Amino acid sequence: MTFLEYAPAPESRAILQLRDEYGLFIDGEFRAGSGASFATISPADESHIATIASADEADVDAAVAAARRAYDKVWSRMSGRDRGKYLFRIARLVQERARELAVAESLDNGKPIKESRDVDVPLVAAWFFYYAGWADKLDYAGLGAAPKALGVAGQVIPWNFPLLMLAWKIAPALAAGNTVVLKPAETTPLSALLFAEILQQADLPPGVVNIVTGAGSTGAALVRHPDVDKVAFTGSTAVGREIAKTVAGTGKKVTLELGGKAANIVFEDAPIDQAIEGIVNGIFFNQGQVCCAGSRLLVQESVHDEVVDRLKARLSTLRLGDPLDKNTDIGAINSREQLDRIRELSRIGEEEGAQRWSAECAIPDRGFWFAPTVFTGVQASHRIARDEIFGPVLSVLTFRTPAEAIAKANNTPYGLSAGIWTEKGSRILAVADRLRAGVVWANTFNRFDPSSPFGGYKESGYGREGGRHGLLAYLKAAGAPAAVRSRRGEPTRSKKADS
Amino acid sequence: MSKRLAVPKTYKLYIGGAFPRSESGRTYEVASASGAFLANAALASRKDARDAVVAARGAVSSWAGATAYNRGQVLYRVAELLEGRRAQFVDEIVQQTGATASAANAEVDEAIDRWVWYAGWCDKFGQVTGNGNPVAGPYFNISVPEPTGVVAVVAPQDSALLGLVSAVAPALVTGNTVVVVASQRFPLSAISLAEVLATSDVPRGVVNVLTGSPAEIAPWLASHPEVNAIDLVGAGAIDWIDLQVRAADTLTRVLPPEEGADAAAPSLDRIAAFTEIKTVWHPKSMV
Repeated sequence: MTFLEYAPAPESRAILQLRDEYGLFIDGEFRAGSGASFATISPADESHIATIASADEADVDAAVAAARRAYDKVWSRMSGRDRGKYLFRIARLVQERARELAVAESLDNGKPIKESRDVDVPLVAAWFFYYAGWADKLDYAGLGAAPKALGVAGQVIPWNFPLLMLAWKIAPALAAGNTVVLKPAETTPLSALLFAEILQQADLPPGVVNIVTGAGSTGAALVRHPDVDKVAFTGSTAVGREIAKTVAGTGKKVTLELGGKAANIVFEDAPIDQAIEGIVNGIFFNQGQVCCAGSRLLVQESVHDEVVDRLKARLSTLRLGDPLDKNTDIGAINSREQLDRIRELSRIGEEEGAQRWSAECAIPDRGFWFAPTVFTGVQASHRIARDEIFGPVLSVLTFRTPAEAIAKANNTPYGLSAGIWTEKGSRILAVADRLRAGVVWANTFNRFDPSSPFGGYKESGYGREGGRHGLLAYLKAAGAPAAVRSRRGEPTRSKKADS
Repeated sequence: MSKRLAVPKTYKLYIGGAFPRSESGRTYEVASASGAFLANAALASRKDARDAVVAARGAVSSWAGATAYNRGQVLYRVAELLEGRRAQFVDEIVQQTGATASAANAEVDEAIDRWVWYAGWCDKFGQVTGNGNPVAGPYFNISVPEPTGVVAVVAPQDSALLGLVSAVAPALVTGNTVVVVASQRFPLSAISLAEVLATSDVPRGVVNVLTGSPAEIAPWLASHPEVNAIDLVGAGAIDWIDLQVRAADTLTRVLPPEEGADAAAPSLDRIAAFTEIKTVWHPKSMV
């Protein structure tokens, strides 16, 4: 046995008490959906986990109606202090059931248990804890005294961080006094449904949070629902564009967290050991299925060979396999569809002339897997340097001067995140100033915190989540004019607000 | 003794610091409230709009890269020059809108004072809207507002000067550059403002003024990929929903129409609407 070989150390699934079927969570109760139910499977072995209800337009309507009632009759009348107490309760319940949630997340999503256990779920609890404290302090958020909630928030989240994205959406919405209808991703509904049970344990008033599972059509019905006041979406830029068009003229407030193609810039004076770890974390965390992943490595020419060699050596030590194994570094790709996309873009990368290298690792017979892959000799015009791959695939480009690095880093329609590696403090600050990205990690990467705003420039979307700025996305100033919109949902072209 | 014959002004566009006619060669007649001929204003075309965006894009890095203190002084200088030419602005407002002299005087007062108010925000906005973040780990973490880039503005249509100033000034505070489509009926004040900007210290391209039809020009601005945000404050009477749909193609930020005399009222939100929050992390370590 070499130092790289480990005995299996699987986390037990016994902690999970799953039902065979899950309904929609509307008005505080689970109920059957009117759409065709679907199965959620484990991407690690394609085994069946549970049958999930699908919400059709009428179900979405019922959920929005429940949220509206809860807003009008309960939540908007409740003191901030009490809203905060509910959020604190939720935070504590998440901590109490943390292991169960982590196992469910790894099972349904395919991410390594060490990530769901040490990153996703602790951050979920932290997010509720952070925003719980805001609920009775909204006067200090920056909008003046007595800011107002927006009303009913319709939220659509992706499959890469199912429970964490739920927390990013629900915690600030409730703290600000909104009620919520949330649609989890089709391939990862499980943790949201366990979260619904937590809401029951917290005795959250019925209708304050409603969870409707389903495919894209369910999300579309939610986004266009006329009684939704706020839309928050995390997902692809293509869908984000459609949402921006759908809400045009309705007066709905919108937050969009979309794609990215982050540059991770390594200067020749970088701390190479830390940079290698940061590069690995930047693109192989969560199998690279991260919108802010550092998918374009920009290396100064003079250190290119050293960085690439050390990177390959490091990647050769990563363990790919069972997401529930505590030693696993690289889990499963979330779905066959996503795996196909990663394969397709990687094939195009080879065709366009970049050199492909993949870590040697045993690929399990069943499930969706992709070995950590590095492309060198990538040109700025290559698809793998332009398109978001959303997988464990790193494209390496080079630069000679800081100005060239900045120009290449900004040469993308996206602008979500970026990384800088150098020991020179003044250079960090100068480069950070010039990068058109919402989050810049200097000598670190992929750090998240509930107090820290996250969100993009340009086509990576608009609005921020996290921190004080994330709270503002769910509030309006006391004197804010009524939105120009129609209750019927017909875009109004009238000049007057329907105050 | 005969009455002296006046020398009327030719009103042109303001693009990249120059005053070109519309490349289309088109003009339209601007009339006084009583219907008398005042001037032939340039009827800007799609090409003019695109030229203006190119000029605005080219000016972003220097304007956004200037210190906040410097931007504040440059904008304050504009107010100084407006004050010196106030009689001309009063005159033009009276001629175009038919307002009384005292109402026009009040509008010019307010426009200058509002410009001064926004100028003073340049080196304070970042303090008020940015902050450090107490993250749970050994990291320095700070969030700061940055300009979004090129801002297209459909100016309030019922105002000759104050609406224009109220929409343009806040976008400039953080370092955005602007392409503004002036009031279609009252475009003369916009070009006179451009003359003030051209002779102040505002770098060329930072503000570009188009006169003509918002319904014709605004769609090209809304869908232009180099436009980062569009302020539809004065677009209430045209098909602004279509503009918002076009803007969605490149996730251009959109500020909706506002109605009434108080459109584009001074507020921090108007500055914030054209900013992006950037958050920077760095580890703390003793070694």
